[in-house]
Amino acid sequence: MAVIDETQAGLLHQTGEGAQELRPRSELTAKELLREVGAVLRMSEAEAAKYAAGTGDNEYHDDQTMIINMGPQHPSTHGVLRLMLELQGETVLRCKPIIGYLHTGMEKTGETLTYMQGGTNVTRMDYVSPLNNELVFSLAVEKLLGIDGDIPERAVWMRMLLSELNRMSSHLLFMATNGMDLGAVSMMLYGWREREEVLRFFQKVTGLRMNHNFIRPGGLAADLPAGWRDDVLAILDMLPPRLAEYDVLMTGQPIWRDRLQGVGVITAQEAMALGTTGPILRSTGLAWDLRRDMPYLRYDEVEFDVIVGTYGDCFDRFAIRLNEIRESMKIVRQILDHMPSGDYRIQNKKVTPPPRARIDESMEALIHHFKIFTEGFKVPEGEVYVAIESPRGEIGCYIASDGSSKPYRMHVRAPSFVNIQTLPHMMRNCLVADAVAIISSVDPVLGEVDR
Amino acid sequence: MSNTPAPEAAADTSPSAEPAPTLHGHPLTDSFGQPVVHVARSSYVALIKQLANDGYVMAIDLCGVDYLTHPGRTLPEGIAPERFEVVVNLLDIEHRRRLRVRVQIPADDATCPTLFDLHPGTEAMEREAYDMFGISFANHPDPTRILMPEDWDGHPLRKDYEVGVIPVQFSADYVQNAPRAEETSAWQ
Repeated sequence: MAVIDETQAGLLHQTGEGAQELRPRSELTAKELLREVGAVLRMSEAEAAKYAAGTGDNEYHDDQTMIINMGPQHPSTHGVLRLMLELQGETVLRCKPIIGYLHTGMEKTGETLTYMQGGTNVTRMDYVSPLNNELVFSLAVEKLLGIDGDIPERAVWMRMLLSELNRMSSHLLFMATNGMDLGAVSMMLYGWREREEVLRFFQKVTGLRMNHNFIRPGGLAADLPAGWRDDVLAILDMLPPRLAEYDVLMTGQPIWRDRLQGVGVITAQEAMALGTTGPILRSTGLAWDLRRDMPYLRYDEVEFDVIVGTYGDCFDRFAIRLNEIRESMKIVRQILDHMPSGDYRIQNKKVTPPPRARIDESMEALIHHFKIFTEGFKVPEGEVYVAIESPRGEIGCYIASDGSSKPYRMHVRAPSFVNIQTLPHMMRNCLVADAVAIISSVDPVLGEVDR
Repeated sequence: MSNTPAPEAAADTSPSAEPAPTLHGHPLTDSFGQPVVHVARSSYVALIKQLANDGYVMAIDLCGVDYLTHPGRTLPEGIAPERFEVVVNLLDIEHRRRLRVRVQIPADDATCPTLFDLHPGTEAMEREAYDMFGISFANHPDPTRILMPEDWDGHPLRKDYEVGVIPVQFSADYVQNAPRAEETSAWQ
């Protein structure tokens, strides 16, 4: 018995997060409750006063409720998200997400990598839409360098093509995981199957299925391979009937609707106060999409609709993502029609490594190549924040430069990190089974949450 | 919505010909075309509140910066550089504009008022800034670490926090590069 106790104490020490954890109800302070519900958002003034006096919400005793861990290994937590839930029977009274299990210090690593190498680091944050991470990092570096207006047209449109295809693959993965979380297991296979087709295209273009490091400061790593247009068209032809199948399987199905409609409701005001962006914000009816509202690349030259919901529930978030796949396909078709010829990267000796063939014949090219890959290029002093619309919301990159070839500070505003703050809010007084649906509908990527 | 000029317009005025641009009385600078307002710690929350009334309804991002090894950065007149900085990015949905707020935080008193009461969404970001830089946010409802373990020593993104070394096994300098005692202590 003593041995077991000792092991347990050891385990507790290794796994415990101390003060980060959800406290028992008897130790609950008004302040903590306020944090959970996002200040006074869902409370009447009388209720708020009650909490401030420390007398609110004490209808349950510690013995009547149970605090359990959901995760970090629960399959529907999409990685290593750990939720501490206080349950009263099947009802979730309180919830606290505990994160950091995947923290690998990527922002610190970013300070030791040159701007040239930085892409390999940021691409690993949101590993479901790596190209968007690379894009926002590259845009920030280009802004610091002052070359953001000089990127060749073809590079810009290629970036848009990759970004939109990545949005499709990311949302297809959401279709898979959302289906799996709610018990539509065949959906998981379908979603992964369709996503794989997109990833196969990425593999052909970038050489890798994920973590491409393909979009780089100054342009892209390479031009599109021969036959790329046919591959994209094949994807665009393949998807519509499959999306129609999703509609049969999920959208119109009564069980599916019952599981999602009216679950995890959030209003526009609450979502804005919590800093939420992306499909969660749009599900509340607020049409906010950076592609349309603060256009970057050439999004102002393509036609597409911003999909919004009405009720701010899990079903709206599902429907928004499903229809955003269709919108992305619309954009991709326009990109195919418009794709200009030209260079895929800026011809600026400072930023761009010389072409391979030049290195064989020119000493200067070899020196240039060597300097760019060892020292990197220097970036003027200053600080910028650049944001784009990733599949999960606004992904931003804040870079402070001290004039050297490495970022002095590189911070990524990860949409998932902010979005999971809505979990305690949406889960309040829901059922445990709905908790799974809510986590799924937020679609967090833990690589990005923890960085 | 407000009688104050749009920051973009104010930032365009050349500083040599006219007095330096300000926003609500705080120096306004232009960083690669992006408006940045510098504010003293004492009037930080008041300014964010004024800006929220101007339409900057979302605090989209908050992060810390440690300027220990880069003290000579460019700051407007009247703003003395300190070791730490808290950088807040605000978003105005109605007018589709952004604004950055930079606050200097001295090293010997690394505290900053919290924005939680105004923008509850900064809760996790402020915890992250505390975790990574040791900047504590006064009156924050949950001032704990968020990414690092609770018993971790030090604040990793500080410039004087050394990057750990992963020893390469079987190389000649294996012993030499072994992690220092203080680095491993956090794991025990």
